[in-house]
Amino acid sequence: MPEIKVVDARGSFCPGPLMELIKGIRQESVGTILEVWSSDRGSAKDIPEWVLKAGHAVVENREDEGFFKIQVQKMR
Amino acid sequence: MTRIVLLGGGAGGSMVSNQLARQLKPEILHGDVEITVINESDQHVYQPYFLYMAFDQAVPADAHRPERSVLNRQVKLIVGHAERIDRSANKVLMGDGQEVPYDYLVIATGSVPDPDSIPGLSEGGQTFYTEAGALKLRDALRDFQGGRIVVTVGVPHKCPVAPLEFTLMVHDWLKAHDLGDKSEVVYTYPIGRLHSLEPVAEWANQVFPQRGIQSQTFFNVETVDPHQKTLTSLEGETLAYDLLVAIPPHKGQDLIGRSELGDAGNWVPTDRHTLQMQGADNIYVLGDATNLPISKAGSTAHFEADVVAANISNRVHGGNGSLRYDGKVFCFIETGNDQATYIKFDYQHPPQPQAPSELIHLYKLAFNKMYWLSAAGIL
Repeated sequence: MPEIKVVDARGSFCPGPLMELIKGIRQESVGTILEVWSSDRGSAKDIPEWVLKAGHAVVENREDEGFFKIQVQKMR
Repeated sequence: MTRIVLLGGGAGGSMVSNQLARQLKPEILHGDVEITVINESDQHVYQPYFLYMAFDQAVPADAHRPERSVLNRQVKLIVGHAERIDRSANKVLMGDGQEVPYDYLVIATGSVPDPDSIPGLSEGGQTFYTEAGALKLRDALRDFQGGRIVVTVGVPHKCPVAPLEFTLMVHDWLKAHDLGDKSEVVYTYPIGRLHSLEPVAEWANQVFPQRGIQSQTFFNVETVDPHQKTLTSLEGETLAYDLLVAIPPHKGQDLIGRSELGDAGNWVPTDRHTLQMQGADNIYVLGDATNLPISKAGSTAHFEADVVAANISNRVHGGNGSLRYDGKVFCFIETGNDQATYIKFDYQHPPQPQAPSELIHLYKLAFNKMYWLSAAGIL
């Protein structure tokens, strides 16, 4: 199981959780799992939408302790 | 003696040092406190002018002042290359062998565009995110005969409204130079809307069609082919261009990497409220250098500077340094047609839209002059 790197994007309106994920994906190596924490309900939808377009994989998408945790694995 | 060392003499480092110099003036005069700024250059550069330089509305002299003249005279300035931060020994090692010990260290080293992270971009694209780039783009616009201008935005990047401002301003510029009829402007953005701030994105959604500006969302440039004059996104889209204006992905300073203090992008892991480096009691971080999920912008550094200076000053006086940063950001937004708007938000409060006006545009122009009072820690 690869290490999970948390991207705490709660309260982020600019750049926002998706942009924080893209930053993480860009700088980490293939296989890394990033877990984005977001207080924005929209992230549960727009992060998976981008992940699909960009060819990565959503590992998990859940609401936990009042915010959203979306795990994404860098695939390429 | 308490030694406070600030790495970086940009907006954040200058503001913190000048605020501290006033708050700790008696202790400095008594020889109990020493404040030192380390900066690579002897010049202080006001980066928002780069956007205006690209349109020949400002020149480098407008953006430059000697760093010495910006700093309170009680603050020491070392101009030189910092090679490494030795955290275990609490000192900064300079390239010339000098060692600068500290009791408190403030990291305000900023961020840098990294065009080489996108193959072909340095050769095929222009940028206004550096002074040299802005001047090169100014000349490219002067020689532009019409065609397709593509504006593309990398992640992460500082000054998050500048790409939108440039797009609206270049559209105005084309019209003013009678190139509007034989040109098109295409704006690309990394996520599924036109700006990360929803009110700004909704506003751009209305304005772009009115002005005939095209857009492509979910576009993260992966490669540029300077010979074919195309750019391709990692989402698989390819666009042709005649003039490519790119906001390259940014990275933190190499100094952070050499000192093994940052993540893979050289961003320093920072507590979002105390602004202390995670796991370090005597190191504070502000501005672009942090890994925080907030805008990399001068106003962010400004609001953070108030917290960092107050907490260090408080601790020198025997307190615990308990003031917390609330994530506050404020940005002016040039909207073209000699109008501007502004937006503010923090960790708890989303941004609210404000109608653009000529008055706000004039205030932004005035702020460009007043910036030097902010850097001096006065405004």
